[in-house]
Amino acid sequence: MANVKKITTPLSDADIKNLRAGDRVSISGVIYTGRDAAHKNLVNAVKAGEPLPVDFKDQIIFYVGPTPAKPGKPIGSCGPTTSGRMDSYAPVLLELGLKGMIGKGPRSKEVIEAMRKHGAVYFAAIGGAGAVIARSVKKSEIVAYPELGPEAVYRLEVEDFPCIVAIDAEGNNLYETGVEKYRIS
Amino acid sequence: MKEISTEKIIETVKNLCIEAACNLPQDVEELIKKHQASEESEFGKYIFEQMIENIEYARKENQAMCQDTGVAVVYLEVGQDVHIVGGSLVDAVNEGVRQGYTEGYLRKSVVDDPVFDRKNTGDNTPAVIHTEIVPGDQLKITVVPKGAGSENMGALKMLKPAEGLAGVKEFIIKTVTEAGGNPCPPIIVGVGIGGTMEKATMLAKKALTRKAGEHHPDPRYKELEAELLKEINRLSIGPQGLGGRVTALAVHIETYPTHIATLPVAVNLNCHAARHQEAIL
Repeated sequence: MANVKKITTPLSDADIKNLRAGDRVSISGVIYTGRDAAHKNLVNAVKAGEPLPVDFKDQIIFYVGPTPAKPGKPIGSCGPTTSGRMDSYAPVLLELGLKGMIGKGPRSKEVIEAMRKHGAVYFAAIGGAGAVIARSVKKSEIVAYPELGPEAVYRLEVEDFPCIVAIDAEGNNLYETGVEKYRIS
Repeated sequence: MKEISTEKIIETVKNLCIEAACNLPQDVEELIKKHQASEESEFGKYIFEQMIENIEYARKENQAMCQDTGVAVVYLEVGQDVHIVGGSLVDAVNEGVRQGYTEGYLRKSVVDDPVFDRKNTGDNTPAVIHTEIVPGDQLKITVVPKGAGSENMGALKMLKPAEGLAGVKEFIIKTVTEAGGNPCPPIIVGVGIGGTMEKATMLAKKALTRKAGEHHPDPRYKELEAELLKEINRLSIGPQGLGGRVTALAVHIETYPTHIATLPVAVNLNCHAARHQEAIL
């Protein structure tokens, strides 16, 4: 398996160029959470010309709704949710300079096209491994939409958060090439 | 007539919710480990290792193994000689869910209205409750936390009887293919065949609670389960959809007699975290 590439947020264009579908990566720094309801709010705000609660330029959004933190822990279980539900919103945030998305499952053509256009990467984390993923989160705080409960936007400080580059900025797509590689004809 | 108090039901449901979210049943864990050796893809192997580490860590820490602790699907098999005392059975189940999801630090994932408000109810209630009256004086409670990632990929089709076995197979394979990497493969495929529209979907969901390694009692369906599992694992979707040999861990088919004019088939998918716990009072 490929060596693990270490990256730190915010991401630069050079970071993005260096990432290829099929790379294992380890992410450190600040990332933001956001899923269905938060995306709806964010995109509505953009359409209405209102300021966003977070500047997503060069940042990563992690599609997750964590379980509540137990006492003494920064966060509960926090594995990725299905990214496809964010496909209709993602191009708007990519246009604002979002550089990375972490989730699970394939993305639409429109999202991949926007990733190519704006230079962004889609990372897959392991769905259903939320308890071990939580070990790489060192700190968490809600920065927007607290009324959404688990769907609020959290600012997470992560160390060595494990991911796989599933789709890179050139549109190489592990959901296609990986399946093709093991196809039985 | 045996009396069972709502207090006892609340306590039981609460504990089952926490147990189900944090402690994957041994048979499911063994099923995952059994398939681990067949995986050839490097990412697939890595994902299997992470899945198993996660199961063990969640159990040890008594922490939810997945952040999607689901909507609480609760099956009640109520013996006809049981008398529930102390209040409403449905209220007791919901109170158990409320307490379990709060005290167990589980995620509250239920919104009050599906279309207009979508406001989180804050305590994961109401549960989806299926009640069946059965002979005897016991109350069997099964809690199945069902995540939406896999639930969203389910499907129902009312086939024509002429479409027969080939139509059934085609629909199941098509549903799994279209689900791809979305439902967190490797998955367990629950299939309900027969009955009516709602009966088929009920059977498909109930099939997911079947003990891993058990088969349909009719040898023809047992063979069909094995054949479908083999076909699905030829799709090479693989763990998390990144390609590989293991797309499904099992296919569980449940059947029921049906109308002369119809052949309903429902497919309900479950991620590898096939959580469920039961208790008998």
